[in-house]
Amino acid sequence: MGFFKTRLFWISLVMVVVASTLPLYVSGYILGLLTVAYYFGVFAMSWDLLFGFAGEVNFGPTFLIGVGAYTAGIINNQYGVSPYVCIFIGAMAAVIAGFVLALPALRVRGPYFGLTTLVAVLMLQNFIVVFADLTGGEIGLTIPDVITISASANYWIALGFMTVSAAILYGLSQSPIGLVLQASGQDPVQAGALGFNIVKHKLFAFVVSAFFSGLAGALLVFYFGTASVGTVVDVAVGVNVIVAAVLGGRRTVLGAALGAIFLIVAGEFLRPTGELATFIVSAIALLVVLFFPGGFLGAAMSREART
Amino acid sequence: MDATSNFAPVLEVRGLTKRFGGLTAVKNLSFDLHAGEIFGLIGPNGSGKSTAMKSIMGIERPTSGEVVFQGDDIAGLPAHKIARKGFGMVFQHSRPLNRQTVLENIMVALLPDSLLALFHDKALTERAEAIAERVGLGGVMRRKPPTLPFADLRRLELAKAIARDPKVVLVDEPFAGLTLAEVGVFSELISSFRDEGRAVLLVDHNVKSVAALVDRVLAMYLGEEICTGAASEVMKNETVRRVYLGGAIETSARPETSFKDKVPLLQVENVSVFYGKAQALENVSIHVHEGEFVSVVGLNGAGKTTLFNTISGFLPYSGEILRGGDKLRGISAAKIARGGIVQCPESRELFGEMSVRENLDLGGQALPDAEREAQLAWLFELFPILKERQGQMAQTLSGGEQQMLAIGRALMMKPTILILDEPTLGLAPVILEQLSKALERLRQTTPITVLLGEQNVTFALPHADRVYVLEHARIVWEGDPARFAAEAGEGYL
Repeated sequence: MGFFKTRLFWISLVMVVVASTLPLYVSGYILGLLTVAYYFGVFAMSWDLLFGFAGEVNFGPTFLIGVGAYTAGIINNQYGVSPYVCIFIGAMAAVIAGFVLALPALRVRGPYFGLTTLVAVLMLQNFIVVFADLTGGEIGLTIPDVITISASANYWIALGFMTVSAAILYGLSQSPIGLVLQASGQDPVQAGALGFNIVKHKLFAFVVSAFFSGLAGALLVFYFGTASVGTVVDVAVGVNVIVAAVLGGRRTVLGAALGAIFLIVAGEFLRPTGELATFIVSAIALLVVLFFPGGFLGAAMSREART
Repeated sequence: MDATSNFAPVLEVRGLTKRFGGLTAVKNLSFDLHAGEIFGLIGPNGSGKSTAMKSIMGIERPTSGEVVFQGDDIAGLPAHKIARKGFGMVFQHSRPLNRQTVLENIMVALLPDSLLALFHDKALTERAEAIAERVGLGGVMRRKPPTLPFADLRRLELAKAIARDPKVVLVDEPFAGLTLAEVGVFSELISSFRDEGRAVLLVDHNVKSVAALVDRVLAMYLGEEICTGAASEVMKNETVRRVYLGGAIETSARPETSFKDKVPLLQVENVSVFYGKAQALENVSIHVHEGEFVSVVGLNGAGKTTLFNTISGFLPYSGEILRGGDKLRGISAAKIARGGIVQCPESRELFGEMSVRENLDLGGQALPDAEREAQLAWLFELFPILKERQGQMAQTLSGGEQQMLAIGRALMMKPTILILDEPTLGLAPVILEQLSKALERLRQTTPITVLLGEQNVTFALPHADRVYVLEHARIVWEGDPARFAAEAGEGYL
């Protein structure tokens, strides 16, 4: 495998090693921030698999995240089942929900797929508010169990989870399946004429994306100890995931994680500016999208490709 | 395999029909394709040949008919299933994976349609290398597509199409955008597919460009077969000649010296245009005098629309375009149109959900009320049918009426130069006659200058004062329409 010799691999390895030593010398506050950022990183990477490779814009990443998060949370809240089982069931629920949504949605073309996914988020949001007895409604759902209360342990879980997810998603994107996905995204007619079942491949990408989104969503609510519409379902959260992925670089997978970490950390550092923080981060995102549509990693990689 | 099966066709197309709504694009088409044969499907733009090819490949679902491949009817199967049975298609336009190398692009074509293919297979790399060598990409295998010249990108398409060793290869306009030297190389490559025993189906516009390559040709017009046979026979066929060249054409050219302007109203000087790497116009120079009617004839893909879009200010170009001696460079498309050079585009571009009257009023929006009313009255005299249809939504009109509306809307802008791009596209002969009469009236009763682009020579010549022939992005002939048939007609078939 050529990947283990590339600069990208070594840079990633050094970054993960450095990141894993952080609990030794930074405050719990920063660890908490990065823990959330890492889960966001997985959201963004899962999203990039769909957009960057399968060429489908999923406007509703929070539908998959939310189904995973709330399923895990509700089972824990109602039946007191072990968090690990809840998290697994949450991820499976996201896969099933993703499959049920994508199967009909992939039949429609272009912007209609995106609209379908957007409506799915709104429906989920409504469902949560209407069935407040079960879901905690607008106040949020309390989750009695936690995996651990140690900030360092939580941080390492998140980092480990992101690293493993990144390895799998990146590996997948570079595998033969990733190539076929990319071809289907770019020129579906030709990919079909080359003998590839486009719907099957795109559906697979959607299911993988749903699995990692749901898993990350479930882990995140066990870290928070609560699930609320504002943190895992709201359209604004989904927009942040999309912005993170585009900021980091379409079709790079790893860039999406960088974008997510940047977005969350920058938002926090700018907190002293109050309401302006969101504005400044959005403005940076807008400038990057307008002038470097390849994103952070895309710009770096295309420079390498040209030489 | 017994001896007789060698003579049985690989592919039998029987009664293939494809309808899009009310339009029948392919009507009851039947032909056989044998192993080791190159079969040409020929027809002017809009004749349904590409739709026929797509229906065979499963990209379009045939409305009815059979496509029998080695004894099985495959009509209606999705493209990926048909491809796996042993079909490869060479696309005219392609979008290769730009971040992957040429070799990896070829490897994509070799991959299995499986979700278990998680690891790259070494054997595939070797096969991909062999295919790259085979089509002449050996030297550029490690490069990425954006760094390749246009001809190499076309080679990549050939490589992908033959990667899985298909029995049937479908090729859509193999020579579009290639230079003459490259045409030779590609012809050899395609005939080598035949020598390997594949059945090759070629789609192209005219017989001439593929005559040296094909074993048999089927000429199509308006979705139907006209005749089938050897290229030389098809070129001699009366109906084919009429479709491409028209019957006896009466011309009524006014000599160029009769136009009194010292500097021609419109001058195009050495204009070249590129689409990415493909050259769409090469040092094209034409001029049009005030009041003159000039036709630019050329097959689809020759560059007519590109020429008109360049004049209208839609495309970047090298060279100069002058109106009344002033350069047009740097003037926006909107200003050029309001300045009197009005194009009636090939695709008509009507506002489909607006009424006929609203479409016309939009054209005449810049005119003062009284002048607009007068222009409208004059237009309704020219195209009486539009008066009757005033309240109707534009998209509900028939094709011929839509074309009249498109011309009418352009005329409402009171153009000094009217550019008509393929007004005859897809229209029935009876409509053509009506359009033809309207053009003749324009020519006789108004001082308007007309630049007409056509592949239908019968329509383009009668009114023309002068004719240019555009072929492969270049002007290859200029002259009097009366001399066209004798001097340029042969090359046009």
